[in-house]
Amino acid sequence: MHPVIRTILQRLGLGLITLFVVSLILFSSIEFLPGDFGEAVLGQAALPETVAAFRKELGLDLPIHERYFDWLGGILTGDMGNSFSGRGSSGGSDRSRPVIELLAPRLANTLFLASMAAIISVPLALFLGITAALYRNSFYDRAVNALTLTTISFPEFFVAYLLILGLSSFTKIFPSLANISPDAEFWERVYLTALPALTLTLVIVAHMMRMTRAAIINLMASPYIEMADLKGASKSEIILRHALPNAWAPIVTVIAFNLAYLVVGVVVVEVVFVYPGVGQLMVDAVTTRDVPVVQGCAMIFAATYILLNLFADIISIITNPRLLHPR
Amino acid sequence: MSEKNSGEKGDILLEMRDIVIDGYSDDRWHEIIKGVDITLRRGEILGLIGESGAGKSTLGLAAMGYARAGCRITSGSIIFDGMDLMKKSAAEKRALRGTRIAYVAQSAAASFNPAHQLIEQTVEATVRRGIKPEAEARADARKLYRDLQLPNPDTIGERYPHQVSGGQLQRVMTAMAMSARPDLIIFDEPTTALDVTTQVEVLASMRRIVEQFNTAAIYITHDLAVVAQMADFIKVLRYGVTIEDAETRKMLSSPEKEYTRSLWSVRSIDKKEERSDDIILKVDHIDASYTGSAKVLHDVSIEVPRGSTVAIVGESGSGKSTAARAITGLLPPSSGQILFNGKALPPTLKGRSVDQLQKIQMIYQMADTAMNPRHTVRDIIGRPLEFYLGLHGRARDDRLMELVEMIELNESFIDRYPGELSGGQKQRICIARALAADPELIICDEVTSALDQIVQKGILELLLRLQREFNLTYIFITHDIATVKAISDQIVVMFQGRVVEQGMKSEILSPPFPEYTELLLSSVPEMDPDWLTGLLKARAEGARATN
Repeated sequence: MHPVIRTILQRLGLGLITLFVVSLILFSSIEFLPGDFGEAVLGQAALPETVAAFRKELGLDLPIHERYFDWLGGILTGDMGNSFSGRGSSGGSDRSRPVIELLAPRLANTLFLASMAAIISVPLALFLGITAALYRNSFYDRAVNALTLTTISFPEFFVAYLLILGLSSFTKIFPSLANISPDAEFWERVYLTALPALTLTLVIVAHMMRMTRAAIINLMASPYIEMADLKGASKSEIILRHALPNAWAPIVTVIAFNLAYLVVGVVVVEVVFVYPGVGQLMVDAVTTRDVPVVQGCAMIFAATYILLNLFADIISIITNPRLLHPR
Repeated sequence: MSEKNSGEKGDILLEMRDIVIDGYSDDRWHEIIKGVDITLRRGEILGLIGESGAGKSTLGLAAMGYARAGCRITSGSIIFDGMDLMKKSAAEKRALRGTRIAYVAQSAAASFNPAHQLIEQTVEATVRRGIKPEAEARADARKLYRDLQLPNPDTIGERYPHQVSGGQLQRVMTAMAMSARPDLIIFDEPTTALDVTTQVEVLASMRRIVEQFNTAAIYITHDLAVVAQMADFIKVLRYGVTIEDAETRKMLSSPEKEYTRSLWSVRSIDKKEERSDDIILKVDHIDASYTGSAKVLHDVSIEVPRGSTVAIVGESGSGKSTAARAITGLLPPSSGQILFNGKALPPTLKGRSVDQLQKIQMIYQMADTAMNPRHTVRDIIGRPLEFYLGLHGRARDDRLMELVEMIELNESFIDRYPGELSGGQKQRICIARALAADPELIICDEVTSALDQIVQKGILELLLRLQREFNLTYIFITHDIATVKAISDQIVVMFQGRVVEQGMKSEILSPPFPEYTELLLSSVPEMDPDWLTGLLKARAEGARATN
């Protein structure tokens, strides 16, 4: 087997193990949280027997390991259990929905927004980073650095409100609310999510752009870059042909980090634009102690992180000729 | 000679007049080349020789109209094939580089882009500048690989830089320089990083190919014996000034300047060998390997007599440094034992007593990295005095002074940092640090390899004097045969982790030689312009005779 494939399989296995450990930590830490869903729903005045019956109905009376493996087994078969909400309040009749059903449309929305932001920001960051390295220390370089640093320095909600002010309130180019409905058309979705996507772009572009620039400049002192120069290669040839292919590993790591952020860290932006994403769902679930939903969201977040980092690792490996072409 | 450059042999190709180049350091510009002239005709090779800091590389690059970052060519004229490069724009000069003037760098391993195949890099300038179509350039590159006697010339180009050896990379780089059939090639210390045995092959193929295409070249090196094989003329540089200019044979037979003579001064030391039967260290049949890899030492046995110098020679990868690591306890041998003064030494560093540690000291090749840059000389030498001898305060400082004088430096150095010292001074401080422990045996690992000839001579003379005064025993690890001749009593030849030969200097260095020793010794360049030609002829005849 080619060593690269072996390494990738190893990483994949490690990723699965990590996910398993995360599930363990997640489940047990929620277990140790103070308070109880039964009491929270039924109120302080509820009789202990009522609470106990309710807990029994939800399966909360079973020992922790049984519940854990039950839950884990469910996840492996695509069943994340049922949401707690919709029970209790209606006096026992089961109107609760499966977590998957709640989560799926929200996740689709989140991924849509994340993809939009990524499609704008990643090429933009690479372009700005490469050109900044090319015209290093020029006015352009300084301007790009200052601008991206400024946008990253403001809090997200502030950037969001500035954009709303400029592109929505005054000019009415984009709507300020992004409360898309499940049956919206593709282009309507694009139109509605434009402002949140732009906000996210402004927030993450600086990090990726600066890493691209730094990774390239870091290589510019290498003897093989001088050699390329002495072979008469032009400045852009030197950067694109000689520096960039060796700079991917650090760049991809930062890109993966920021893409993960787009999926798991956008709750503030969702709130500002009233965007129905996973972030809001999770925050709501936490406030109502809807444990299955919280666990479902957290597992998805963990999987996103692990998957994107795995992806970055794989790209680092295949862009490293020492690993791709062993002796 | 199938292909020839335009222009007749003997026409002037490059004429540099009154070149002044400034370098920027310590917040100001100062002159590093102070008015040097070069005249080079087509098909000629000029050797540029001098110590580090003489400005050789800077001058060589200036011949391409190129100045490194932090350097600038301030005045003078560079006429290349009728064009004044000083008056050309950056783009016009760029157009000449890689096509009409090519460069071969010192470290081939670092100068190839790790991300691209060798052949892609070989033909890059030729193809991208539209000199030849890609397919033709690649076919030509394969032919050049064959001419340069690279193994598997048809497929080696598809490999990546990390997949081939340093000597092969150096030849691929020569092919890369030759790809566009330039008029001029600048060779910047192209064989300095190679073992002697590899150096011979690379030198021979480089010389053959520049002759074949009638290419002019500037060959930069600090090794006079190497340049003697390559150059028609030699220019000696020092501190940015020409010391001496002469035709190669004349320069070697009757150098006019004292400085030129000093460039081969190490070769003038000759220690009289002394025999001794009092064995201080006995390495007894040891094997060693680094974790998880193949054995690096196979059944190595070495005897070191008290008060003498045992030189361990061999090319890189022969296991000579590993042997030193085993003796010091840094790498415990997997079998066999090491006896010091007749008693077995514990294999690991941890297992050894302070007293055992004190008696064996080590001096490293890179004095730079062997000292903590944040410690003053006082801290560096004072530490072993406190640790091994328990000296403190006044007693420590007195001893410190004695040591500093012993290494021919003075009080003024005591509170300096390593960064404020020259390479030779740093190595002297390392010697003093080893001496401070009051050792019986000092292991010197390539201690002079990073130094210029004159500085080398000073260090070697110092070591010899200290040996006489304190009856010290040295194990001297080196790949430089001139150094071995200069200071050793006994020689151990290592090859692929095994001891090939061991004995008194006079025995090892006189025939008959075992095969590998013969190869090693005959590969050391001599101060004779006909040496390489003669050697190649002798080897070719030898090969024919065995067939």
